[in-house]
Amino acid sequence: MVELPVARPSVGAAGKTGNWRLFKPSIDYRKCIKCLLCWMYCPDGVISVSGEGLPVIDYEYCKGCGICAEECPVKAIEMVKEVEG
Amino acid sequence: MINEFSREEYLLKGNAACAGCGPALALRYVLKALGSRTVLVIPASCSSIIAGAYPKSALKVPVYHIAFAASAATASGLVEGLEAQGIEANVVVWAGDGGTVDIGLQGLSGAAERNHNITYICYDNEAYMNTGIQRSGATPYGAWTTTTPLGNKGRKKDLPFIMAAHNIPYVATASPAFPKDLVNKVAKAQKIRGFKYIHILAPCPTGWRYDPRLTVKIARLAVMTGFWPLLEIEHGRLRLNSPSVNLLDPARRRPLKEYLELQGRYRHLSEEDLKVLQRQIDEQWARIKAMLEVQEELEDQVEQGQGERQH
Amino acid sequence: MREFLTGNYAAAYGVKLSRVEVVSAYPITPQTSVIEKISEFVEKGELKAKLIRVESEHSAMAAVIGAAFSGARAYTATSAQGLLYMYEMIWWAAGSRVPIVAGIVTRAIAPPWSIWTDHSDFMTLRDAGWAMLFASSAQEVLDMTIQAFKLAEELMLPVAVGWDAFITSHTAEPVEVPPQEQVDYFLGEKKKSPVAVDFENPFAHGALAFPKDYPKFREDIHRTLKAAGEVYSNIERRYCEATGHECYGLVEEVFCEDADAVMFIMGAAAGDAIHAAGELRRKGLHVGVARIRSIRPFPRKEVEKIARRASKVIVFDRSYSLGFGGVLATEVRSVLHEEGVDTPVISVTGGLGGSDLPPEYFEKIFLKGLGV
Repeated sequence: MVELPVARPSVGAAGKTGNWRLFKPSIDYRKCIKCLLCWMYCPDGVISVSGEGLPVIDYEYCKGCGICAEECPVKAIEMVKEVEG
Repeated sequence: MINEFSREEYLLKGNAACAGCGPALALRYVLKALGSRTVLVIPASCSSIIAGAYPKSALKVPVYHIAFAASAATASGLVEGLEAQGIEANVVVWAGDGGTVDIGLQGLSGAAERNHNITYICYDNEAYMNTGIQRSGATPYGAWTTTTPLGNKGRKKDLPFIMAAHNIPYVATASPAFPKDLVNKVAKAQKIRGFKYIHILAPCPTGWRYDPRLTVKIARLAVMTGFWPLLEIEHGRLRLNSPSVNLLDPARRRPLKEYLELQGRYRHLSEEDLKVLQRQIDEQWARIKAMLEVQEELEDQVEQGQGERQH
Repeated sequence: MREFLTGNYAAAYGVKLSRVEVVSAYPITPQTSVIEKISEFVEKGELKAKLIRVESEHSAMAAVIGAAFSGARAYTATSAQGLLYMYEMIWWAAGSRVPIVAGIVTRAIAPPWSIWTDHSDFMTLRDAGWAMLFASSAQEVLDMTIQAFKLAEELMLPVAVGWDAFITSHTAEPVEVPPQEQVDYFLGEKKKSPVAVDFENPFAHGALAFPKDYPKFREDIHRTLKAAGEVYSNIERRYCEATGHECYGLVEEVFCEDADAVMFIMGAAAGDAIHAAGELRRKGLHVGVARIRSIRPFPRKEVEKIARRASKVIVFDRSYSLGFGGVLATEVRSVLHEEGVDTPVISVTGGLGGSDLPPEYFEKIFLKGLGV
């Protein structure tokens, strides 16, 4: 059997990158205006859009960069210190 | 606006990009614009790692990793081979600044001169970041890097205009802070037959020394201060894009300091350095202004000439 | 059909008959007439190939690798400095498992500048995972070039075909050019390369491999190339059946069966060595010439068999591993030691930079080897 240097597409190619976080983005859905700029500007594409058009963060992979919090026009996202456990 | 973007993610989450990585954000947009019938050629760069280690790939499109200097030539062979077999696909190089303006420049120039039907996209984080933040030919004046610890004394190589001088059908600059503009440019490039060059200024929190949450803000300020003009050169015709088209008037540019003071790599900048940088930006815009004026004049002349001939 | 061709033109015919789809090369003396002839074929429509006139040899190899990634059949040719310039990509080709073929018109390495033959450039391929065949006539260049495409597909490894600058590359001789149908029959349907682009099941090729994963890729190349002797022999046999051309195996033996002293030699100079051996035979001396046609895979079995029969082995090298010794001599000695063959081996290196190797030169070497 030939050993070929080919790699296949996989979510989590670098593992559970949610473990990288020091701060966790928390969305206040009462303030959210569903502009989806957070979805737009997330470098990792961990924000998906629910059936109701709301942004949903995949915390298994969110690295906690904070871009979503910074770019949210209504400041609906707060970076909260990650607690152990 | 959001609805114009594909919801498909081709850069899979859980990849090795740093938190807040500008290039990763840019790649996400690029692939949404290109779709799945795309093959990426990636030379040594941050993306070589972001793309994933064996046996996992973080990209949902075919990828050929290749040696540092070889991306443009490899893409040339790929596209010609596909055409020889009657296979259609987007052949795209996704290269960093080092692999473009320095070690990759010969291959890039050759491929552009031969006008292969490929899109070469340079994601520019202004240094050799993957190897630990060393200076490249794209590092701006005054920037700290590990090999210019007192601040770079060189000047950022102007690749977009160098590529325009190759008379290729399309050259553009872009920014991840202006995703619609970026996606439009990538989509437009794909429809043009011939060699296309797109240069994206992509901030790097690790190398530029800033809180990752500021990536988009810094990318935006690069444009708003006039440091990074958004433009296109289509079949030799220069056009400024929004919002840069409004920045021909220097009074409308944000103060350069607003961009620089957010980045640790410019922390030691002296007043003199700041003046040098500002002057470089002013020169850049003076050149753009001059080109636009000459262009307009030539077009008027052509129009007049055509008008006269009709009589 | 019989044509009067130089070695370089013969290579171009081999490329044309093999229906190569992408050719990319950069000009360097003495390779130039290979790509000039190919250009002519393409422009006249006799070869439907894309010709990429790259801006350097490094790009030439990158381009043919890229072409192979698209699934196309690809070819390049170069010499000396050009080979060294593309050397990084030479390794990339083997590691990628692409079935490309490269013609190497062997030329001495600078400085000093030289355009004449020796084998120093060719020998740099030894460690890189390429199959390496060496031709010593224009006919052989044509035949080996076509065989190389089949070998490359079977091994999933790149194949280099070497031949000497000027002596073979620019000297014209009668060459039997097989008809297209025979070559089509021999090559058969182009094998789909498993590393060719796949949009339905996309993969990333050449991604980083951590230490625990890396070795198996190299080991596979090593195993495959080591066992390639039989693969090539079978391919050559099938080629000879299809075309009626002569088969030689990995080593061509001339006067070797009862030879006291046998000279192992590669390339055009073998002709002079064979002429010398003929002259000495007439004088009653039992000498033979074993012409090496493949060095990767190394013809272990053949070398062992021939050395066991002889009382003395001379290995003639047209290159040095500088500071150590003749390259072929080193490999022959190593194999004989491993196989427990104690026939003494004499190493002679000559002909560097294209310096002349007339039959008298080889006569002297044989006589010295025989202790006469």
